[in-house]
Amino acid sequence: MFDLTGKNTLITGASGGIGGEIAKTLHAAGANVGLSGTRVEPLEALAAELGERAHVLPCNLSDAAAVDALPKQAAEAMGSVDILVNNAGITRDQIFMRMSDDDWASVLEVNLTSTMRLCRGVMRSMMKARWGRIVNISSIVGATGNPGQANYAASKAGMVGMSKSIAYEVASRGITVNCVAPGFIATAMTDKLTDDQKDKINVQIPAGRMGTPEEIAAAVLYLASDGAGYTTGTTLHVNGGMAMI
Amino acid sequence: MSDVADRVKKIVVEHLGVEEDKVTESASFIDDLGADSLDTVELVMAFEEEFGIEIPDDAAETIQTFGDAVKFITEAA
Repeated sequence: MFDLTGKNTLITGASGGIGGEIAKTLHAAGANVGLSGTRVEPLEALAAELGERAHVLPCNLSDAAAVDALPKQAAEAMGSVDILVNNAGITRDQIFMRMSDDDWASVLEVNLTSTMRLCRGVMRSMMKARWGRIVNISSIVGATGNPGQANYAASKAGMVGMSKSIAYEVASRGITVNCVAPGFIATAMTDKLTDDQKDKINVQIPAGRMGTPEEIAAAVLYLASDGAGYTTGTTLHVNGGMAMI
Repeated sequence: MSDVADRVKKIVVEHLGVEEDKVTESASFIDDLGADSLDTVELVMAFEEEFGIEIPDDAAETIQTFGDAVKFITEAA
């Protein structure tokens, strides 16, 4: 249904559970994928698994110069960047009263500022092409808040406001900018929770279970497709009904 | 008219979809030719490509009219 043949896609955080699945899904739909992340090994493993049409583009998102260079490297590897998926994110959880400037700044830098830089970096070629898709991976906590995550929630809510603003500016050029806001998703990170902890989370979710990376990737696939051309500035919440917003 | 002016005019006419005779020396892209702020960015991008030059953002802001563009590009190229 969603054909991305010939579309060049840059995905950050592709070494992680959700990012890797997004890469696989878009690749399966025919896209060329540029896999970015800080850890080279899992990126190369993923590229090897995908075979053709996969490129490894390591980047440390807390390094401004490296982030600015990434869209160019992606364009050199693939020819252009038609679809950008800003998926990378970090957490530095701490109760607010104890949150340091560094906890705050590093999360904002990686999650929000690097997203801004990458959006800016791909805009010129998307404007020329009169076609572009930007999908920013926000989070349920950007809308609901979460104790211990003032920095993370601010970065994810910031992404939503920024995406809407960019969406306004470039809608007339065939470029859409949207967010996907995952709820609790089963990844390596949530595997570490005890069964008891998982049960407590699951009772808060109408669907009664955590989501899967595939369910996030499916939302990204839709927003990256031609079919989503009239969908812009929105946030697609994928959370099993945990927050209906 | 100089070669630069001809080439600039062609870009402006094509991009903004305006009549050629509207593109006068003092014609403002935004006030007279109906460009929005994004159009002005795209015009600058098109000039950069056509003439193989780099127009920094602070210089781009000073290019308000067709005449400004021709003058800047003539000096830069």
